[in-house]
Amino acid sequence: MISQSNGFATPHDWAGRYYHIDQILDASGPRTDPAFSAGDEVKDFLRNKAKILVIGAGGLGCEILANLALTGFKDIHVIDMDTIDISNLNRQFLFRQKDVGKPKAIVAAEFIMKRVPGVTVTPYFGKIQDKDEDYYMQFNLIICGLDSVEARRWINATLVNMVDGENPESLKPLIDGGTEGFKGQARVILPTITSCYECSLDMLNKQTAFPICTIANTPRLPEHCIEWASVLEWPRVHGEKKMDTDDPEHITWLYQTASKRAKEFNIEGVTWSLTQGVVKNIIPAIASTNAIIAASCCNEAFKIATSSAAYLNNYFMLIGTDGVYSYTFEHEKRADCPVCGGEAVDMSISSELPVEGLIDLLVEKQDIQIKKPSLSTANKQIYLQAPPQLEAATRPNLSKKVSELVPPGGEITVTASTLPFSLSLRITYT
Amino acid sequence: MIKIWSMKKNEDAAAKKKPKTSAAQIRVQKDLTELDLPSTMQTYFPDPADLLNFNLTITPDEGMYKGGAFAFSFAINPNYPHDPPKVKCTQKIYHPNVDLEGNVCLNILREDWKPVLNLNSVMVGLQYLFLEPNADDPLNKDAATEMSKNRDTFLQHVKQSMRGNTIKGISYDSVLVH
Repeated sequence: MISQSNGFATPHDWAGRYYHIDQILDASGPRTDPAFSAGDEVKDFLRNKAKILVIGAGGLGCEILANLALTGFKDIHVIDMDTIDISNLNRQFLFRQKDVGKPKAIVAAEFIMKRVPGVTVTPYFGKIQDKDEDYYMQFNLIICGLDSVEARRWINATLVNMVDGENPESLKPLIDGGTEGFKGQARVILPTITSCYECSLDMLNKQTAFPICTIANTPRLPEHCIEWASVLEWPRVHGEKKMDTDDPEHITWLYQTASKRAKEFNIEGVTWSLTQGVVKNIIPAIASTNAIIAASCCNEAFKIATSSAAYLNNYFMLIGTDGVYSYTFEHEKRADCPVCGGEAVDMSISSELPVEGLIDLLVEKQDIQIKKPSLSTANKQIYLQAPPQLEAATRPNLSKKVSELVPPGGEITVTASTLPFSLSLRITYT
Repeated sequence: MIKIWSMKKNEDAAAKKKPKTSAAQIRVQKDLTELDLPSTMQTYFPDPADLLNFNLTITPDEGMYKGGAFAFSFAINPNYPHDPPKVKCTQKIYHPNVDLEGNVCLNILREDWKPVLNLNSVMVGLQYLFLEPNADDPLNKDAATEMSKNRDTFLQHVKQSMRGNTIKGISYDSVLVH
């Protein structure tokens, strides 16, 4: 038995601190990756060099942060745009009642640093969209514990776009965890190598939406009354004023409006928290499901960072609604994925070539066979074949030089009915 | 770190890199440039540089709403096609499936929306509402009741409302094609 100091006394690693983890890192086995360099090198990387980003400091995020800190990651960053709500305290164990109203990222970072000496957690209270590629470039790995499809799509597309063929460091493994009641999933995304989040967008469960006529005429459930208040009554009464689901006053208005409606139709069960749940599309969160999924995500992070064991390839799902069932499979890349699919073609053209000439080139190109291509850059349309108004609006561009519209090295997105999704052209000039 | 880059290098498509155009943006460009609309439907973009907000006019050439021009606004958010487009009728019209605020009851705009559907499917769905209004999914209850109980009166109301008349105390917008 190795004696241990209490850790609060010294900021440095004390003897035996990582005794158990070192059993894995000190010797390679017959099946470890050839890239695994057992001993000091891998330990040095994990503890002194690896920089990991955790997106989300909620149900999954709290578990992820604790797990990472305790497995030996020491430079952890965390982003979350939310503040702590009293209803979080049943499972988001880094928060206490006194923290209600404070930013999750900041409180979580302080807690971990206090509890696990030697670990630095750098919080950012804000949106992932506030940060640019330079920011994401500094990390070796990114773990997401998010509850929003939109945020996942954004970070996924950002990381796929960041991959630069000339720079190995630009490829950032993304580990994505998600839970919904007793169900959950963990997946490893190697941007541009494995299937990405967008590839599997059609696997998502549909959000529960009720027919608008049911909401309007024949409500039977408390949810129908709440949807009536938020979908029909809010815009009717408040006009252009946008509903903010994070504003308690707005929720209260919806709750009161829904309650009146429920009374009228003899429906029971409209409560303030149900109202908030319905309009924010809150899915019941179970602490133990979060624990399972966060743990799998962190094990994968550890394995990827250290090469000490084979990592998940690439999708693990957990279904705890009928007994316990889990299934791991390789989700395949979609050739027509709008984010990681499609083709990128380098095109070198004369700086004098007009847009019209580029379109002719594309149509003539035997290997791609595009009919009626529409062209745009990230911030403007170059030429659209339809509808007639947009065709007319972009027609003047046909006679302009491509070089007036696209900088050297710039990219053009081409869509056409004959393409599975889109094609991107990297333009250089001669 | 695991040597991911060596896997990358082995890939044929090592040079793949996508522009920063968002997936939603490309999808909308694709949907719009591949619209296959009959002459009874026309799109109008108040700002041709903004593909995410536009109007659609439907001028049915048969059925009880023939002779009218019906205007809808489309608003597409960055989470398209996970989220359906938001569609509203911008006129006050007398229709069982459109309420006085312009909300439209069309299944594929809400409960039956799927990312494989596109703007063309939504537009065709909207046009269908004018050919075959559906009294079983009412948003304008009066209109729906009239339609199922008293079809002749309903047809009269439709004609009158399209001229901009008042029905049961509610004045409707004139939608006649000039």
